[in-house]
Amino acid sequence: MSLRNRELVNLVLVGVVGTAAFGSAWIAHTNRVSAEALVDVALIAGLFLAAHLVVRRTAAQADPTLLPLVALLTSIGLTMNFRLNPADGRRQAVWVAIGILAFALTLVLLRFDYRVLEQYRYVFGVTAIILLLLPSLPVIGQRVNGVRLWVHVGRLQFQPGEVAKLLLVLFLAGYLREKREVLAQGRLKDFGPLLVIWGAAMLVLLQTSDLGSALLYFGVFVGMLYVATDRLSYVLAGGALFVLGSGLLYSALSRVQARVIIWLHPWTDHKIPCFNGTLDYRQNCQSYQLVRSLYSIGNGGYGGTGIGRETTTTLAGTPLIPELNTDFIFSAITQGIGLIGAAGVILVFMVLVARGMRVSLLAQDGFSKLLAVGLAFGLALQTFIIVGGVLRVVPLTGITLPFVSYGGSSVLANFIALALLLLVSHRARITGAAR
Amino acid sequence: MNQQIRRLSGVAMILLAALIVATTYWTTWARADLAAKQDNAIQRVAEFTIRRGRIEASGHLLAANRRRVVDSKPLFFRIYPKGPLTAQVVGYSTAARARTGLEKSLNDYLTASNESLSTFVDRSIAQLHGKPIQGNDVQLTLNLEAQRVALQALGTKCGAVAALDPRTGAVRVLASSPSFNPNLAERNFGAISKIRADCTPAAPLLNRATAGLYPPGSTFKVVTASAALQSGKFTPDSIFHDPGYCTEYGKQVHNFADQSGPEVFGTIRLYDALVHSVNSVFCNIGKELGAFAVLQQAKRFGFYKPPPLETPLEERLPSGLYQHGRLYYPVRESQVDPGRLAFGQERLLVTPLQMAMVAAAIGNDGREMRPYVVSRIVSPGGKTIVKTRPSRLAQPVSRDTAQQIQAMMLDVVHRGTGTAAAISGLRVGGKTGTAETGFSGRNTTWFICFAGPDDGSLPHIAVAVVLEGQTLTGGATAAPIARQVIEALLPSAGNP
Repeated sequence: MSLRNRELVNLVLVGVVGTAAFGSAWIAHTNRVSAEALVDVALIAGLFLAAHLVVRRTAAQADPTLLPLVALLTSIGLTMNFRLNPADGRRQAVWVAIGILAFALTLVLLRFDYRVLEQYRYVFGVTAIILLLLPSLPVIGQRVNGVRLWVHVGRLQFQPGEVAKLLLVLFLAGYLREKREVLAQGRLKDFGPLLVIWGAAMLVLLQTSDLGSALLYFGVFVGMLYVATDRLSYVLAGGALFVLGSGLLYSALSRVQARVIIWLHPWTDHKIPCFNGTLDYRQNCQSYQLVRSLYSIGNGGYGGTGIGRETTTTLAGTPLIPELNTDFIFSAITQGIGLIGAAGVILVFMVLVARGMRVSLLAQDGFSKLLAVGLAFGLALQTFIIVGGVLRVVPLTGITLPFVSYGGSSVLANFIALALLLLVSHRARITGAAR
Repeated sequence: MNQQIRRLSGVAMILLAALIVATTYWTTWARADLAAKQDNAIQRVAEFTIRRGRIEASGHLLAANRRRVVDSKPLFFRIYPKGPLTAQVVGYSTAARARTGLEKSLNDYLTASNESLSTFVDRSIAQLHGKPIQGNDVQLTLNLEAQRVALQALGTKCGAVAALDPRTGAVRVLASSPSFNPNLAERNFGAISKIRADCTPAAPLLNRATAGLYPPGSTFKVVTASAALQSGKFTPDSIFHDPGYCTEYGKQVHNFADQSGPEVFGTIRLYDALVHSVNSVFCNIGKELGAFAVLQQAKRFGFYKPPPLETPLEERLPSGLYQHGRLYYPVRESQVDPGRLAFGQERLLVTPLQMAMVAAAIGNDGREMRPYVVSRIVSPGGKTIVKTRPSRLAQPVSRDTAQQIQAMMLDVVHRGTGTAAAISGLRVGGKTGTAETGFSGRNTTWFICFAGPDDGSLPHIAVAVVLEGQTLTGGATAAPIARQVIEALLPSAGNP
C-alpha cells in the first residue's frame, strides 16, 4: 500500500474514534440522538481530507502517521472544547480550519525546497524576539491572569509566543547548521548569539513572568545545541545558566514565587492570607485551580466518567475550574476518559514525537535534521511542561497543550510546524531513494 | 548527528512517560485521598450523579432518591420518606453540609465506592453502559413500629430510648427526642435549628441515644452490684444497716426520694437494697470495694470506650467519669468519691445505649453481645455483600452473678421502684434511676430493663429510657415508656 493510502486508512480510523467521541459530547449537550451531530463531524473530516489531498500532491513520500496522529489530537481537542463550552468549540473549529489552510499554504509554497527558509534565519531570529517582547509593550500588550502573553489589536487577540517558538526553531536550525563545527570547538567568541538567546529567554521571563514559556524556548535551544555540537557540557552549562538566571530573577518575580509555592504546598492545614485580605486555606485560595484540577483527575479513575458526564460545574451549574479548556484541558480529558484514555492521549504524543524524531534521523542535511528535531523536541517539551504542571510534576505555567487546548495562535503555529515536518520527511525519502 | 538525535528522543520519551506515571498516580494511588478531601468540590457534585443505595428497615424505606436533571446531567437527591422517625441514626446527605449518621459512616457502601471485587465490577460495567452508578442498599435491624411508639411516648420531652436484642445485639430502637425532619437539611436547615422542646437547647441533631451523656443515677447500682457480687466479698444475702444515710468524709449523704418503702430500712439485705434502691447500702459497698473496683467493673461492661455501632465514631460517646467535659479516669483512689460513685452520682455520665447494653448483658446471663444496627448490605444486583453475624463483645459478669442480679431486677418490677413497667405474661426485670441535675426539682430519670416471655428462655429485649428535666422519679416517668416499647416489640406475648 502506498504511503498516502496508509495515511488515508489511518485518517478513516481516526474519523471513527473522533465521531464516537464527538457524538458522546453532542448527545450529552443536546440530550437527544440525531444525525445533526454528524454535520459538524463531516465538516472537520472534510478539512482533514482536504489536508490529506494537499499532502498527496505536495509531499507524497512523507511519513503517513503524522497527519492522522494530529487529526486524532485535534478531534479530542475539539470534542473537549465543545463539551466544556460549545461556543468556544465552534470558534476552535474555525481556528482548525484556518490552521489547515496555513498547513496547505505552507506545503504548496515550499513544495520544491523548504530549505530556502534557511537563508532567512536571522529574519526569523529577530522576528521571534520581537514577537516575544510584543506582549510587554504598552497599549497592545495585555495581561491575562498576571501573565503577559497576549497581544491585543482591536478585537483580535493573539498570543505571539506560539509563533515565536516556530520561528526560533527555524532560526536555530539555520544558525546551528552553519556554526556547528566552530561551536563544537568551544571558542568563546562564537557563543555571542547563543548568549543572546539565553539573555532573551531571561528577558522573556522577566517581562512576561511566564516561567513555562521561558523554559520551553530555552529547553528547545539547549536540545538543538546538543544535537548540533554533541557537547553534553553545553547542555549542563545551559541548564546551570538557566537555573542561575531564574534563581536570580526568582526573588524579583512574585508571580513565579507564587507558582513554586503552590506547586510545593497546594494544601495547607492552617489558614493563610488570601486575595482580598481574608484568611483561608491555600486549597481554597491561591492553589484552588490546581487542587480542583487534581480532584477532576482523581474523579476520572481508571475508566473515566464518560465524555459528557464529567463534573465541571456546581450543582447550580457554575463552572468549577476556570481556564478548563486551555491550561487544564488535560484534567478535563482525564476525568472524561480516565487513566486509560489520558494515557492513550499521552501515548499519541509519544508516537508523534517519536515519528518526528525519526523524520530527523532520516533527513539528509543538517538544516533538515535540526529543524525536525527542534520541532519534535519542542512538541515533547511543551506537552511535558503543561501536562506536568497539571499533574503537579513541575510548577504549573499557562501554556497550551498542542492541538488540544483552546487557542487560535497555538493551532495555527502547530499546523505550520506539522507541514514543515511533512516536507522534511518527504524530502528525506525522495533524496534517500535517489541516492 | 543521529547519535545525539536518538539520545534526545530518549529524553523526550522519558519526559512523556513520566506524565503517564503521574496520571496513574493521581487516578489510582492518590484517588481515595483526593476524594476524601474536605474541599473536593468535584467530588461533592459528582457524588450526586450516583444513585445512592437505599436505607430500609422492616420493609419500609428510610432513605431513597429523587432524580433531577441539572446542567443536562441526571442528579440524585436524597429523600427521607419517614421524616423524623430515624433522623439521627440514618442522618442526612446533602450538597451543602457534611453528612451525618449512617449516611456518613456507610458512605462508601451507599456510593458503591467500597472496593470489593463484585462492586468494582458492577460499577465498571455500569460506567461503560453510561448508567448512573448505583450504590448498595442497607437494611437496618430497627423495628419501626417500636421506634414510632418510643418517639411518640417521648413526645415533647427531651430524652432517648435505646432497645436491643440481648441474645444477638441487634438494635431495635434508637429514638432521640426531639427529632427533626432530615428532608429539611438540604434547603431549609434553619427550620431545624428552630425546633423547640422541653429543654434548651433542644439540639435535635444530637443522637441522644448514643451521644447523649447523662448521670446514670441508681441504674448504675446494677454495675455496682455486679462489682460487689463478682468480688466475692458480698452475696445477695449480705446484711447491711440502713440509717437513712451514709457517712462519707464525716458528712451524711441521705437516701433519695427515688427509693420505695420507708425512709429508713434499718437492717436490709443487698438483694432488697437493689429492689428498693437504697443509697446508703450502695454507698457502703462502694466504700468497701473502692472506686477502682467499681470502675473496672464498668469498663468490663464497655464503659470508657465508645459503644460499637455502625454510626460515625463522633456520634457515639464513651460512658465513664467526666471532668471538664472530658473523659476522666482517676490515677489514685482518693481522686474519686467511691460512695457517690456506687449509686451513680459523682462525675459519672453515661449514654442510653451503654445502659441498654448493661441491662442486656445481665439479662443474657452475663454474655454481652456486640450491638449492631446494620443487618445486611445488598448490592444493586441483589447479592448480599455484608451480613452482620452476632458476636460476643464481653463477659462482664459470671452467669451466677447475672442470674442473681436478674432476680433482683425482676423484683424491682414486681414489687420495687419499677412496678410501672410490669406487663402481664412477660418476664420484665429493670432498674430505675433518678439523678439530680443540680437544678432543684429537675431530675434526669432512667429506666433500664430486660424483657422476654415467661417460659424460662433468655430475654428478647433490653431497653434503656432516659428523660431530661423531670420532676418525678424514673419509676413514674421512664418505666411506662419502657413498657410501651416492650409491648410494641413483643406484641404477641404482651396480650395473652
